[in-house]
Amino acid sequence: MPVARGGSAGNLSGGKTLKTLFSVSMAAIMSGGMWASVVLAGPSDDKLVIDEQIEMTTRTAAPEGHPLDEVISGWHYRTPETRALETDTFQNPGMLAVEEGAQIWETVEGTEGKSCATCHGDASESMAGVGANYPKWDEDSGKPINIELQINKCRVENMGAEPYKFDKDGQKPLTAFIKHQSLGQPVALDLSQGDMQTWWDKGKDLYYRRTGQLNLSCATCHEDYNGYRIRADHLSQGNANGFPTYRLKQGALVSIHNRFRGCIRDTRAEYPAAFSDDLMALEVYVTWRGSGLSVETPAVRQ
Amino acid sequence: MAKVKPRVKVPKSAAAGDVITIKTLISHPMESGQRKDKEGNPIPRKIINSFTCEFNGQTVFSCDIEPAISANPYLEFTAKVDEAGTFKFTWVDDDGSVYSDEQEIALK
Repeated sequence: MPVARGGSAGNLSGGKTLKTLFSVSMAAIMSGGMWASVVLAGPSDDKLVIDEQIEMTTRTAAPEGHPLDEVISGWHYRTPETRALETDTFQNPGMLAVEEGAQIWETVEGTEGKSCATCHGDASESMAGVGANYPKWDEDSGKPINIELQINKCRVENMGAEPYKFDKDGQKPLTAFIKHQSLGQPVALDLSQGDMQTWWDKGKDLYYRRTGQLNLSCATCHEDYNGYRIRADHLSQGNANGFPTYRLKQGALVSIHNRFRGCIRDTRAEYPAAFSDDLMALEVYVTWRGSGLSVETPAVRQ
Repeated sequence: MAKVKPRVKVPKSAAAGDVITIKTLISHPMESGQRKDKEGNPIPRKIINSFTCEFNGQTVFSCDIEPAISANPYLEFTAKVDEAGTFKFTWVDDDGSVYSDEQEIALK
C-alpha cells in the first residue's frame, strides 16, 4: 500500500553541493579590484548529465586563437538549484517551449499549405546537428544567417507565410526546438564558408570595443571578470551554447539577440537592432568562443 | 502557453516496498486574479486549485494550490509501492475543468 512521504512541492531532488573553485588566472587577480568586494562565484566542478543519459561537455580546451585556456559553459556558474533544473528535461521549464516548438513544426501555415515537417520530416533526423553549426554563411544575402533568420527565410520562400517578428509568435519556441535536436553535440562553426571570417573579425572587434556610459566591453565582464560577481549576479564567460535559454528572471525563453541587447543596454549604450549586421557579427564571434561546448538548448539560467 | 497539458514522470517498475519519486507538471497560466489588463479591468482568477494523486483508488498525495503558485505548477513527491497498479493524477481548474493522467507501474 502506498504511503505518502514528505510530499514536497517544488523540492529539487539530487541537490548537489556547490563547490566553489578558486581557480582564477593570475591575470584576473592582477587586474582584480575593479569590483569593491571580490567574491568568487564559481565555476563549480559538477558534471552536467541530462536525464542520466546525455553527458554534456561543459568544459573544454579553447579553440586556437581563443584568449582563454578553457571554455566553460555558463551552467557551471549557476547555483546548485538552477543547475539541477537542467539535469532533468522533465523539470527543465524551457522544455515546455520546446514542446510548443514541436507543435509548430507540424503546423501548416502560409499559402503553400506546408509545415516545416512537409519538407524536413522528422526533426530529430533532419535537424540533428543544425543547432551546433549555425550561424552559417548565406549566399543569397551575402551575410551570415542564424536559425531564427533561416526559419524566416523558409517561411517566406517555401511556405508563403509571414516571417516572424523578433522574439514574437513561434520564433523562440521553434528555434529552441530546432536547436534542441542537437542537444549534447559540440558547437562547431565553419568559418571557411563565404566571408564568415570577415564577420568573425568584425564580431571580435565589437567584443573588445568599450561602449556606453559605463565604458564596458563584452570582454570586460566575460573575459576579465568571469567567475566574479557583478552586483548579485555571477559573471560567466558568456557563451552562446544554451540559447534560447530559459531565464528564471523572465520565466521565459530568452533569445541570443535579446541577451546581446540587454547586455549592451546595461552598459548604458544605445543597442543595435536584433539581427542587425553588428549583432550578427557578434553572434558569429560569441558562438565561436563557445566552440566545443555541448549545445544545451534550452539551458536554464537565473 | 495557452494549452493546458498535464504530464507526469513515474518509474516504469519498482521492487515491492520501494519508495519512488513522482514528478508532475502541468502547463497552465495560473492567472492569480490580482492583475489588471491594459484597460484597468481585473483579469479574473484562473488557477489550478487542487491536485490529487491516487494509487489503485487510494489517495497517495493531495494538496490545495493557491494563487501565489506560479505558472506551470511542478509538484514532486514520493510514494511507497507495495503492489503493481495505476497512479491516477487529477488537477482541478477554477473553471471546473478536470485534467487527468494515468501511469502504470509494475513490480520488479
